[in-house]
Amino acid sequence: MTKAMTETNTMTPLADQSLATPIFDRTSWAQLLEDATREVFEIMLGTSLNACDPVASPRGGEFTALVGLAGNLCGVLSIRCSNQSACTMASKMLGVPAEEVGDDSFDALGEIANMIAGNFKGKLAGVGNHCMLSVPTIIVGTSYRTHSISGGITLEAFFDFDRKPFWVTLELHE
Amino acid sequence: MSPIRALIVDDSSVMRKIIERSLRQAGLDLTSVIEAANGADALALLDTHTVDLILSDINMPVMDGLELVRNLQSIERLRGIPVVMITTEGSETNVVQALSFGAKGYIRKPFTPDQVKEHVLPVLGL
Repeated sequence: MTKAMTETNTMTPLADQSLATPIFDRTSWAQLLEDATREVFEIMLGTSLNACDPVASPRGGEFTALVGLAGNLCGVLSIRCSNQSACTMASKMLGVPAEEVGDDSFDALGEIANMIAGNFKGKLAGVGNHCMLSVPTIIVGTSYRTHSISGGITLEAFFDFDRKPFWVTLELHE
Repeated sequence: MSPIRALIVDDSSVMRKIIERSLRQAGLDLTSVIEAANGADALALLDTHTVDLILSDINMPVMDGLELVRNLQSIERLRGIPVVMITTEGSETNVVQALSFGAKGYIRKPFTPDQVKEHVLPVLGL
């Protein structure tokens, strides 16, 4: 394999890839979700995320991005934030002023959700080869409800991004 | 450094801009950059444009990146263009498939400009 074919990155090393079925552990998976999110923001936006108190964070957010997972890990990853936060994220990703972002904020949020989902599954032993991601979907507005998968597992991570709340939720089939 | 004409294939317009910026940060002298949102659009563009390098996502609607690489290999005029995959789908299966179809490199999102430089320059012989 040539140098160009090798994969190097600055992310956390993967766990053992030989296992085919991931074994759920709430504490470690929640930490992996948080790590996956932080890494995407640090690498692609050049921004560190601060953990946020979930009790003090009102649920909601004007922008929601959803990415489906299918395979030996099935479910939906969603991220939520304010309109202003989405514009700031796109601004940081593109290196342009927030007022020049326009509709790229939708696209940026979808890519962030996609990268968090991909980074998370890449950290789980044996999942990378057996889990596919959907193309992201963006919801604008707050007047909607989602219904959790019956009997499923929900992991959440709460952050402070640019002094506004940013939520990451992963709902999985058991 | 020789002037480079690049084709960037990704269904995300934001990601296409980031990839172009990363190529410039890598020191490439980009004389032209054309963009496509999927493999089918990329093949259509290659009917009328000549490029020295293709960077492509894998997971795209209409025609994904693996299918694009396979199509490129079946067209003699396009077979020699180096392709580097850039994707969140970092599974070993996809890496092996992409390389077996003819891709020359593989970068996993999220990526730094240094990683783009590390993976792209060698496939251009730079």
